[in-house]
Amino acid sequence: MNFDLTEEQRLLQKTARDFAEKEVLPRAHEIDRDHRHPAELVSRMAELGLLGVAVPEEEGGAGMDHVSYILAMEEVSRACASTGVIMSVNNSLVCDPISRFGTEAQKRQFLAPLAAGQKLGCFALSEPGAGSDAAAQTTTATRRGEEWVLSGTKNWITNGPVADVSVLFAMNDRDKGHRGITAFIVPMDTPGVSCSAPDDKLGIRGSKSCQIFLDDVRLGADAVLGEVGGGFKVAMSTLDGGRIGIAAQAVGIARAALEDALHYAAERTTFGKRIAEHQAIQQKLADMATEIDAARLLTLRAAHQKDRGERYGKAAAMAKLYAADVANRAAREGIQIFGGNGYVTEFPAERHFRDAKITEIYEGTSEIQRLVITNHLLAEIA
Amino acid sequence: MDFQLTDEQALVRHSAREYAERSLLPRAAQRDRDGTFPEAELRELAELGMLGVNVDDELGGSGAGSLAYALAMEEIARGDASVAVAVGVTNMVAELIAAYGSDAQRAAHVPRLTGGAYLCGSFALSEPQAGSDPASMQTSAEKTSAGWRITGTKQWISHGDRAGLIVVWAVTNKGAGHRGITAFIVRGGAPGLTVSRGEEKMGLRGSTTVQLSLEGVEVPDDDVLVGPGRGFGLAMAALDGGRIGIAAQALGIARGAFESALRYASEREQFGAPIAQHQAIGGMLADGATSLDAARLLTHRAAWLKGAGRPFSREAAMAKLLATERALRVCDDAIQIHGGYGYTRDFPVERAYRDARAAPIYEGTSQIQRLVIARHLLKAVG
Repeated sequence: MNFDLTEEQRLLQKTARDFAEKEVLPRAHEIDRDHRHPAELVSRMAELGLLGVAVPEEEGGAGMDHVSYILAMEEVSRACASTGVIMSVNNSLVCDPISRFGTEAQKRQFLAPLAAGQKLGCFALSEPGAGSDAAAQTTTATRRGEEWVLSGTKNWITNGPVADVSVLFAMNDRDKGHRGITAFIVPMDTPGVSCSAPDDKLGIRGSKSCQIFLDDVRLGADAVLGEVGGGFKVAMSTLDGGRIGIAAQAVGIARAALEDALHYAAERTTFGKRIAEHQAIQQKLADMATEIDAARLLTLRAAHQKDRGERYGKAAAMAKLYAADVANRAAREGIQIFGGNGYVTEFPAERHFRDAKITEIYEGTSEIQRLVITNHLLAEIA
Repeated sequence: MDFQLTDEQALVRHSAREYAERSLLPRAAQRDRDGTFPEAELRELAELGMLGVNVDDELGGSGAGSLAYALAMEEIARGDASVAVAVGVTNMVAELIAAYGSDAQRAAHVPRLTGGAYLCGSFALSEPQAGSDPASMQTSAEKTSAGWRITGTKQWISHGDRAGLIVVWAVTNKGAGHRGITAFIVRGGAPGLTVSRGEEKMGLRGSTTVQLSLEGVEVPDDDVLVGPGRGFGLAMAALDGGRIGIAAQALGIARGAFESALRYASEREQFGAPIAQHQAIGGMLADGATSLDAARLLTHRAAWLKGAGRPFSREAAMAKLLATERALRVCDDAIQIHGGYGYTRDFPVERAYRDARAAPIYEGTSQIQRLVIARHLLKAVG
């Protein structure tokens, strides 16, 4: 065991932290208030190599490991959770599956510009009637000669309104259930692809999500990512990786809640002393710090397992389940420590509370994570 | 970052696990019922090197390091939490004398602790009126021509009636507060040392807990463990390390309960399916597995830092806080999953629940751990 970061990991962490503190944090309040997609930050992340961290250099990425990726995710999310999820979707849900399942041609055409941040990606799996039950897809993919024709509606597509490319799932053979699902790479300017107005959300308001409508969208055979009928595997293995990214986002949000509350508690005075010196407040701060460290270690462990090529689905589900829970508790206690000031938008505590909630929902709800973990536990003793 | 164990660490864990499964687990319920002290078991554990896992070979220890110690403690506690108490305190006392004792003290006492000649070691800090606030102790030592004479009462002394060696803290300079405390090496059975009370406990019934009366116990100068005035720092440093042991003990107890619940839930059928497949139960199992992994990572991190010779007080407090609190929850859920059977002595989970309840109390309550953590947090923000 070794809990030290490598030189390379530390360097990327520092790069991400400097960027987050100097460029992201000063804008976070305004991005949230105005529901604004931070295009300028996306460009800066591209320059810093943060949009394809774990994509091999020869495929256009930064060529680093997943531990580095989640360290950077935590830093960016600590400053702004919206910017964090833009980063995580591009890295985990778009670059990663194209890197793992794409053909050389697909990698050249799509992965290189996505990993370099010249293009932005989105991941279109959910539908109005298919959330936790992702196999209940109704979007159809019909083969017509050499072409595929896609029709249907995708829901909750993060980055959708601003994406250039989507990794999109559709049912090509309903009789085969989840084995009848295929993944496609769909440029968002393909005729027949359109987006709804962005969702009006509780939190992560700088992250744009929308419905995507597919109206007889015609794609070539080379649009298939992986195998025909292999889409569910693409989706599930991709979400395993995505969960590590969301766990890191949750750790970042939790850390923001703690650090802001700690600074406030060190300054705010009641009953003749700083509130940080009252045991009631100290007990909260200590619990927050302890759980954040535990959540970070679970997340790093999952990333480390992925880097080693081990099976990491259970570790990723644990990391996401725990980190999301911790983020929500930390954000709630953060508000409590700020008192009335925690309830007003002048202070960041309420933003952390709103941002934290989504981590228990997207890329597999906490309830789904528990099912994943239980299935692993039962398989281990079978 | 590397979450892999070294070969040596894996070997120590394997050896502790084998012993625990073969020799501790089968009679743990009996020892609990009868309140039998595990004398033969301690001698066997001494032979396996388990009484000085982190003590150098030349002093009779295993020299396997702090992380190996945490691994061994978890396995032993999974076998029998009462045995783990004796193993934990003996390791702590052996490490303490190895680290702070004079050459003569080291040579005289450490091999007897690690080799089992003393059977076990005790740590006598608490008093009836000095628990979380040990600096308020009343036991005092006055200088005599030949050494020191100790008078006072020590409370909650684990196996203080069995130990061949007891480290006793006493005030040697009354007006100096915590700077006036000295640590002494006292032999079991020393004249004037008596067991004035044995506690009836809800759990850990295979481990004795006694009150010790010291009525003019004479100690030569050579048995002063650290010079007058430095005893308090010694106690705090020892407890930092001890907390890693208790965290590991809590993990072991809870893991035993968890494994029992998982097995039971995969066999017990209700409504036509194993109850593990009911989401209400599966979710509890997933939460339990996740919190145990989270707490174990914190524990291993603290042990690793200690082994690397770095500051670890904050991390040890975090490990103990989370591991002991989550252990209680896991044991509680394990009973719930067993239903009525969990409430009976036919299953081991009610014992685990009783055994685990001490963990958030001894070697610093959870409330004290939070104060320790908060102090570190505040130091960071000034």
